[in-house]
Amino acid sequence: MLRDTGYKPGEDRFMKIAIASGKGGTGKTTLSVNIAQALDSPVVLLDCDVEEPNSRLFLDPKLIGEEVVNTLIPKVDPDKCNGCGACGRFCQFNAIVTFGTKPLVFSEMCHGCGGCARLCPQGAITEVENRIGLISEFSSGNIRLFQGCIDVGVAMAPPLIRALKQKIPEDGLVILDAPPGTTCPVVATLGEVDYVVLVTEPTPFGLNDLTLAVDMVRELGLPFGVIVNRVGVGDDRVQRYCERENISVLLEIPNDRAVAEAYSRGESIVESVPGYKELFAGIMDSIMADYKGGHK
Amino acid sequence: MKIILTSTGRTLESEIDSRFGRAAMFILFDTESGDFEVIDNKQNLDAAQGAGIQAAQNVFNTGAKAVITGHCGPKAFAALSAAGIIVYCNATGTVQSMLEQYKNGDLKESQGADVEGHWV
Repeated sequence: MLRDTGYKPGEDRFMKIAIASGKGGTGKTTLSVNIAQALDSPVVLLDCDVEEPNSRLFLDPKLIGEEVVNTLIPKVDPDKCNGCGACGRFCQFNAIVTFGTKPLVFSEMCHGCGGCARLCPQGAITEVENRIGLISEFSSGNIRLFQGCIDVGVAMAPPLIRALKQKIPEDGLVILDAPPGTTCPVVATLGEVDYVVLVTEPTPFGLNDLTLAVDMVRELGLPFGVIVNRVGVGDDRVQRYCERENISVLLEIPNDRAVAEAYSRGESIVESVPGYKELFAGIMDSIMADYKGGHK
Repeated sequence: MKIILTSTGRTLESEIDSRFGRAAMFILFDTESGDFEVIDNKQNLDAAQGAGIQAAQNVFNTGAKAVITGHCGPKAFAALSAAGIIVYCNATGTVQSMLEQYKNGDLKESQGADVEGHWV
């Protein structure tokens, strides 16, 4: 169990923690999975990296169920449409366009707002389901994993991520493994979380992308802290930046060959490398201390 | 009849822009009077997505009946076809030289997109 941080899973409130980064390959999934495994209490893990979900690879979990995710796209009844063009003038994404004739629908451009169907004066537009991906539920020890996986050729991840976040239970601890970067899928993941952990590496690339991620979470007004992974491969510029910007460094994880070897075999680090279970379990204490400390 | 040529510059001596949706300029040429007008496509050039569809709508709004360009993707081609606009792909060289080929009837009407969509 967690120590005296004031946090008790399932009690007065629940806590949603997102693991994000600017740069890819810094260790978001490794951290998400291992923090979850290091806890003795039940935890929900959401793999929000829907273009390349891979948390399950480290868990070898049991599949519980699957659910298709659809968005709604317009379908035009050509007998009712009089070609007035109101739908095309309304759509900001060119998903439905008219040329004084019946409209053309480009489903892959559609954000599913439903505006065209609502304002069509002829009532000629209905909304139909358009599959974008799949949510899978897995179980592994104390972890319930929900994974979003976007279909090949689908470009819009946020609706799938929002559907995945509907799986967040009403209480308990939730860890969200975010996609890399600072664009729409990440913002969709971070919406309404309580705390963001930004994982970086101590290199010029790590620092550059960390500053972008810090700008993003500050813009979103979310409390956050930094974990520096693979300390020893680069220099101390990330730590100096965090000190200058008054950002909490929650943990520095050493560049350890034993960790890299476990990772390359697809093994859990907390289970196969001695000493790491305590290290990862301690992250929750650091997060709670920073969160309760009112860090913004 | 009015036709559109995608252009990298503002004169008939400019090179054809090989892109349709993200062309720098559109030259709207009147084949009867020989006059032309330059339409800046900057807004579309910076669009995140849907540039081809938007460009097709812009072309439709000019009243042009044909487009001469380098390449045209599937969404732009579908939109131009729906608007009844003839597409001539594979244009290269200057706007003037393409106009001459058009007047001589040397251009071949495209039957479909000649490139893939830009995010597939």
